[in-house]
Amino acid sequence: MPEPRTINAAEALREAMDLALERWPDVFLMGEGVADPRGIFGTTVGLADKHGSERVVEMPVSENGLTGVAIGAALMGRRPVLVHQRVDFALLSIEQLFNSAAKSHYVTGGRHRVPLVVRMVIGRGWGQGPQHSQSLEAMFAHVPGLKVVMPSTPREFKGLLLAAIEDDNPVLMLEHRWLHYVTGDVPEGFYSIPLDGPRLAREGQDVTIVASSYMALEALGAAEALAGVGCAAEVFDLRMLRPLALDPILASVQKTGRLITVDTGWRIGGMGAEIVAEITERAFAHLKAPPRRIGLPDHPTPSSRALAAAYYPGSVDIVDVVEQLLALDQGAAENARQACVAARRGVPIDKPDPAFKGPF
Amino acid sequence: MTVQTTTAARPAKDPDIDPNPEALLRLYGSMLRIRMVEEEIATRYPVEEQKMRCPIHLSVGQEAIAVGASACLRPDDQVVSNHRCHAHYLAKGGDLKAMLAELYGKAAGCCGGRGGSMHLFDTTAGVLLSLPVVGSSIPIGVGAALAFKQQGRDSVCVIYLGDAALEEGVYHESANFAALQGIPAIFVCENNLYSVYTHLRDRQPPRPLLEMGRAHGMPSCHVDGNDVGAVARAVTEAVDRARGRRGPSFILADTYRWREHCGPFYDNDLGYRSEAEFAAWRERDGLARMRGQLTEAGILDADREAGMVQTIEDEITEAFAFAEAAAFPDANSAGEGVYA
Repeated sequence: MPEPRTINAAEALREAMDLALERWPDVFLMGEGVADPRGIFGTTVGLADKHGSERVVEMPVSENGLTGVAIGAALMGRRPVLVHQRVDFALLSIEQLFNSAAKSHYVTGGRHRVPLVVRMVIGRGWGQGPQHSQSLEAMFAHVPGLKVVMPSTPREFKGLLLAAIEDDNPVLMLEHRWLHYVTGDVPEGFYSIPLDGPRLAREGQDVTIVASSYMALEALGAAEALAGVGCAAEVFDLRMLRPLALDPILASVQKTGRLITVDTGWRIGGMGAEIVAEITERAFAHLKAPPRRIGLPDHPTPSSRALAAAYYPGSVDIVDVVEQLLALDQGAAENARQACVAARRGVPIDKPDPAFKGPF
Repeated sequence: MTVQTTTAARPAKDPDIDPNPEALLRLYGSMLRIRMVEEEIATRYPVEEQKMRCPIHLSVGQEAIAVGASACLRPDDQVVSNHRCHAHYLAKGGDLKAMLAELYGKAAGCCGGRGGSMHLFDTTAGVLLSLPVVGSSIPIGVGAALAFKQQGRDSVCVIYLGDAALEEGVYHESANFAALQGIPAIFVCENNLYSVYTHLRDRQPPRPLLEMGRAHGMPSCHVDGNDVGAVARAVTEAVDRARGRRGPSFILADTYRWREHCGPFYDNDLGYRSEAEFAAWRERDGLARMRGQLTEAGILDADREAGMVQTIEDEITEAFAFAEAAAFPDANSAGEGVYA
């Protein structure tokens, strides 16, 4: 078994891509900026030099057309990985993703396959503003024929990207920008993590919290703070948004009777809405309280840190909801909130990390 | 990069006929077959039971482009098409029974009844796909050709697009990338002057359509789309260029759609185009022109023509019978095959 080491998610993604390019000759990488010195926040640095410009293709600024090009190459047996520096840019390619990538296998009765991976980065902080901050996972997860994955830890990023590349279906990977900085244990060498469903991140019996992407870290922070005041939260890292495999969450809610979903996207029409509807339908008799959804407020993301200060929910907001669902003692809840704030170590709301100096 | 252009149509009176009569008869026979298939679809489509229940966009009048373009293509070469795909599909060797069964919504259809007329494909024949959203198939064709380049194959991809597709941004994105990377693709633009009821003059400013190929640095050429020989020559040159790793080409071919945009009927009575314009284009029918040329050259006569028509009629009758008799797909199968 390879030894784990501590690296960040950006480096883990770079490693995965490097391994994929080495292992599978049909794989190639495309994107605006994949071959430039910054290498998509460090996730593609050095790959063009190592594997050449035929395997790492710097893309003209043509998101729609180049997604179609990737699909065409995939139909002829290549395995493209397409990267967008922001989810927002991928909106230009929705027609190709929803109409062609998602439907080719179905409409041809299985003759065609689209083994395409699209990596998209969810922006946050440093005044990104309305068109550099969107998450949109619920929109992608709405479409049959796509797979949608949101990794949370460096180990998950590497293993899930390799699984996505191996998958013969179109897989959209949404990466939260702040997770690129997060470090964790990552085994060396090749491994893949199945694209099969949620990951149980923390066991508990008092409340079930289902969170995706960066919010999984906030949920774990809340769970840690709550544990300090005697409340045991069970936390799932949702991970796979489509196909959505809710059996483990169903079993958890049957145990805890309480459900909170935490999305990186807008609350209204978000993934939480689907999860709550499905679980309520299937576990109604087990519910001790109405399920609750946490997501972004119902307006675009403003740029100014003064306006963004109240925009993003975090571990404190999760504690608030747990307090309501479990009628926690006011003092205990306040202690838990203080613990959450202390964990952030005074970093401003629009920065992921004390070391971050911007601009991205 | 130099951009070559040739001027439009060689006059019908001075044909530069390939001395191979068999090749010419094949071209003629292919156009005749497409014409007869499309007209039989038009005849059967509106009858009482209406067994073909999907939108159809017939190629009547435009056969010469598909046949000329396919003349030098191999089965491993790919074509991508759009909603008006019947001629492209048949000219490339797409299976007639599978096409008609698809129109009838049957399991034996090329898409198993899942796509209908606007999604025809035939992997064996190299018809990669047809897609109804205008422009959608263009980058996919470029991508297929990119794969050929990456795989070191000398296969090429012909991308069929209409005049209106030149208004879509995705055409320009695709052409830009194809030219930049020297992709072995051939853009064949069928200009039939109309996007449904809207004339070209109401959709684009008055500058030559050929500029849309030149603007991206592609060798570009303008031909009479109803002259199958001219189309064949232009595409052959473009295919040679692509196979020789000298990059993509743009071919503009003028033609005219005889029947309505979608459906089996004629609709000139709506008044969006004049009877005079239609009549003038009918005079330029590529099929009739070639019939005349071959007859003049002594390659075709009434008996031979009658024999060809009979053979095609028999094939069509059998294919329709096949489609009518074929089973519908099982309703329970509708949810299968979403994922590989």
